[in-house]
Amino acid sequence: MKLNGAAILIECLIEQKVGTVFGFPGGAVLPIYDELYKRMDRINHVLTAHEQHAGHAADGYARASGKTGVCIATSGPGATNLVTAIATAYMDSSPVVFVTGNVPQSLMGTDSFQEADISGMTMPITKHNYLVTSVDKLADTIREAFYIARSGRPGPVLVDIPKDVQLAETEYIPLSGDELVPRLSKKKPLAQLRPEGEALELYKTKAEPRLEKAAQLMAEAHRPLIYCGGGVTISGAQQELVKLADRLDAPIVSTLMGLGTASAANDRMLGMIGMHGTHAANIAMQRCDLLIAVGVRFSDRALGDASAFAPNAKVIHIDIDRAEINKNVSTTLHITGDARTVLELLLSRVSQKNHAQWMQQARSMTEDYLSDDHFEPRKILGAMARIAPEMTVATDVGQHQMWTAQHFPFVRMRQLISSGGLGTMGFGLGAAMGAAKSDEEGRPVALVTGDGSFRMNLTELSTIAHYGIPVIVVIFNNGTLGMVRQWQTLFFGHRYSQTTLDRGPDFMKLADAYGLKGTRVNRIDEFEAAFEAAYAKGEPCLIECMLDIDEMVAPMVAPGSPIDSFCLN
Amino acid sequence: MYINKDDQQRYTVGVLVDNEPGVLSRVSGLFFRRGFNIDSLAVGTTQDPEVSRITIVVRGDEQKIEQLVQQLYKLICVQKVQVMKPRNSVERQLLLVKVKAGVAEREGLMRLVDIFKAKVLDVTKNSMVLQITGENDKIESLMHLLGDYGILELVRTGVVALERGDDVMTSDIFD
Repeated sequence: MKLNGAAILIECLIEQKVGTVFGFPGGAVLPIYDELYKRMDRINHVLTAHEQHAGHAADGYARASGKTGVCIATSGPGATNLVTAIATAYMDSSPVVFVTGNVPQSLMGTDSFQEADISGMTMPITKHNYLVTSVDKLADTIREAFYIARSGRPGPVLVDIPKDVQLAETEYIPLSGDELVPRLSKKKPLAQLRPEGEALELYKTKAEPRLEKAAQLMAEAHRPLIYCGGGVTISGAQQELVKLADRLDAPIVSTLMGLGTASAANDRMLGMIGMHGTHAANIAMQRCDLLIAVGVRFSDRALGDASAFAPNAKVIHIDIDRAEINKNVSTTLHITGDARTVLELLLSRVSQKNHAQWMQQARSMTEDYLSDDHFEPRKILGAMARIAPEMTVATDVGQHQMWTAQHFPFVRMRQLISSGGLGTMGFGLGAAMGAAKSDEEGRPVALVTGDGSFRMNLTELSTIAHYGIPVIVVIFNNGTLGMVRQWQTLFFGHRYSQTTLDRGPDFMKLADAYGLKGTRVNRIDEFEAAFEAAYAKGEPCLIECMLDIDEMVAPMVAPGSPIDSFCLN
Repeated sequence: MYINKDDQQRYTVGVLVDNEPGVLSRVSGLFFRRGFNIDSLAVGTTQDPEVSRITIVVRGDEQKIEQLVQQLYKLICVQKVQVMKPRNSVERQLLLVKVKAGVAEREGLMRLVDIFKAKVLDVTKNSMVLQITGENDKIESLMHLLGDYGILELVRTGVVALERGDDVMTSDIFD
């Protein structure tokens, strides 16, 4: 059938089984929104207040569900507003297809109204991007974009469609199933999905010597440690990872992105490593003699001093992205490949080990906190976990994010939605909204945010209110940009330059303005009651927790120090 | 990571890429972003009109070059990357140079043209345009010698290189 480019785009999104897109209309995407209007029975659209948060919502949708998120914005400022969201998705390997309109090709390059070279601008922060110059290429470009976004190491892909391409007509041939996998997959080893059949056999043959070597290192180790990251989630290798830990009788530590891979309830799980890692995790890292790193990229926040990182250990690095090998840390052995495939192959080569003493030693470092009446973050997060242990929790960035990582016991993958790599303040509300929309059962999602971060995205309260998206916003209000204040306290002589937020707004009045229920709490029993009620009700609402301005994130390792030398306990 | 200058070597890297708009920008942007210094860059289409070949000369240590190769492979437009071993490859660049050449200098210049197997492309009363092809060292040394006569204008292409022998670099890859 003959369709215009805009209609072909929407049909291609439906081909990919996209249920919900997030976006904001404008001059250069009018044809797209017109075709969307005609297909509202087949695809949902969530209108946000700002394009950035539409981008974060698509990202949160992808992180929570594993499906590819989609976001639409207009040319010029609409497109540039996406930049932070794209970079956030890129740093955390989140599959999102960003679609932007652009001015007609006849006007491109003339500095016309709302014109911006968004494909040029986003080259460094996308896995790939396209400027579609002909309607004949559009359908295949969209299919390729989806394929690239989710294959190999996932990431954002941007498709920029000039308005004349949206309006031009061509024959559209619907595709489904395997037909949707573009030809490029054969040529591009790094754009592969998990190998199957013939490809798997070929991979096995190639990886065999490395697998053997890895099995040998594992057999020889006395103090093995498994270090898991976001790649394990992406690959869906949770069971294999835990099985390997059981087989080797090894403890597990995690990156921020890997939290939930091994349930916090599992005795082997020592928690997060790095700058705000647990004592147990950081000390185990420095004492182990074999580090098995799976789906991690050895970020500087996890490593501390790279030269003093895991000083006694041989390192096996398993990652799908060959460029991560030997980038930040030199490894003894690397296996490039999909985490689940590699772990499965390894499991068949490793026999049961017993390292009871090492396990006990590693476990002995886990902290037991003293309890008092002080209203503090740890108790709030503890209460949340008691009331809703499996709930999806999104965060913004700052102290509240680290407290959440430390004190909420994550029990499943994709439970924590947080901007790890880019550290984007303002990520949370959009992401929480996207995560909630991705859940077909419509369960509520918690957003833990700070007063600083929340001021960057509170405009989206209108969106969750309008659509009734069940996001419970838990604001940690300490009246300051807490993480920056913490660094000013520790490293800049208590000079609190531009970090004190003594200027409102009154979040209760704000909630009221958006027609949402707001509750301000000063005690843990008040919080418990408010959160329990909110969770049971499953409606969007705000809970504001009044915290002390000098509350700190501990433990802490100063940047660039070995991760077992804590500057704050 | 700090790179000791002494460890730095010159590497010639061949890259087969999709012949599409923006590809050069993607590749050169990557070099800039990841902190590689490009000594020379040359690009042109191949016998397959859908494939272009880029030759890049960079400096770095072995680890850095490995990282560069892997980062290049992450670009969807990149089909194949090959770091060429100096002993096992031939490389050439081309130089066009306009030198000051009156009656007095012409004879001496012609001798240099002979020695370096250069070509004279244009002669006027006051100047000559010479062409020379060769490896980097040869080009550099001619430039040095021509300095005595006065170089008026100069342009050189980037290095292009091929491996010796029967092996060919194709986009048919699986490694």
